[in-house]
Amino acid sequence: MVADDMPLAAVLQPFDQRVSLDHSAADMPCLLVPPADLVALCTQLRDDPALRFDFLSDICAVDIFPKTPRFMLVYHLFSVPHKWRLRVKCCLGDPATAPTVIPVWTTANWHEREAYDMYGIHFDGHPDLRRIYMWDGFDGFPMRRDFPLRGYRDDYNPMGVERPPEEGAG
Amino acid sequence: MAVLSNRFQDNVFFTNSDAIINWSRKSSLWPQTFGIACCAIEMISAGCARYDLDRFGVVFRPSPRQSDVMIVAGTVTRKMAPIVRRLYDQMAEPRYVIAMGTCAISGGVYNTYAVVQGVDHVVPVDIHVAGCPPRPEALLHGFVQLQEKITGTRVLRVKNPDEPAMEPS
Repeated sequence: MVADDMPLAAVLQPFDQRVSLDHSAADMPCLLVPPADLVALCTQLRDDPALRFDFLSDICAVDIFPKTPRFMLVYHLFSVPHKWRLRVKCCLGDPATAPTVIPVWTTANWHEREAYDMYGIHFDGHPDLRRIYMWDGFDGFPMRRDFPLRGYRDDYNPMGVERPPEEGAG
Repeated sequence: MAVLSNRFQDNVFFTNSDAIINWSRKSSLWPQTFGIACCAIEMISAGCARYDLDRFGVVFRPSPRQSDVMIVAGTVTRKMAPIVRRLYDQMAEPRYVIAMGTCAISGGVYNTYAVVQGVDHVVPVDIHVAGCPPRPEALLHGFVQLQEKITGTRVLRVKNPDEPAMEPS
């Protein structure tokens, strides 16, 4: 599916240049959106009768530390009626905060909890933002690039690295 | 058996109490039915018809209250460790632990923040069965080793101070 074939222009028009097409993506059309316009854009993509992106496949988070802006959210959408795929990217600063898209796609609930658990990205408006993989009381966000792979040293993990004394880690 | 049938008078056997107790303990090692990673597949295979753990008196039990031995078959994650410990605590003594596979012994390739680096950080281990995963024969060997270990245990006899205790204090 080439970006030109998908009728995206009508959806992008109200956002007045704030939402742009990322032409570096070769496999599927890709949109770049600031966090403030994320929910409005997602609602448009879902409800526009020519597009109908009614299924959220996945939410990925990216950490490009030490570059800035540090975090990025990547939403993969699928249109069941048209069998189209679309990627939406949203760059976030540090500390990372994004609006929740649960009102648009209910399935975003667990995806956003995963992004919070692994990267520490906060989702404004999420009704139940707590860890989903790691146990309660885990300190730190393990998929961040400054988190040591072997974790911090304790009774169960004698091979972990020493926790830096000044850091609160999250 | 036909040659031996009905050929003997009523017999009395003499042995010592520890030998009888240990014989009964080692002949009915009932493991808990749980597996936490791919090693469990080999454990299941060992329990099924081809390798047949039942012939050693090893019968899987669905409750820790009825079990004597815990086979830690797989990677113990940090999130799973308290649950493994609770299962161990629920077992009645005497109880034994077999750490099956490299992950349970040392964490294996998973030298990460999420995996316990050896289940002996969580529960005391009697037998380590090496392999990734160990073949069913290796698990059978582990059970035979555990039976050998039980054979020499002092139960009613006075403990030899030089001998290491089975249960860590």
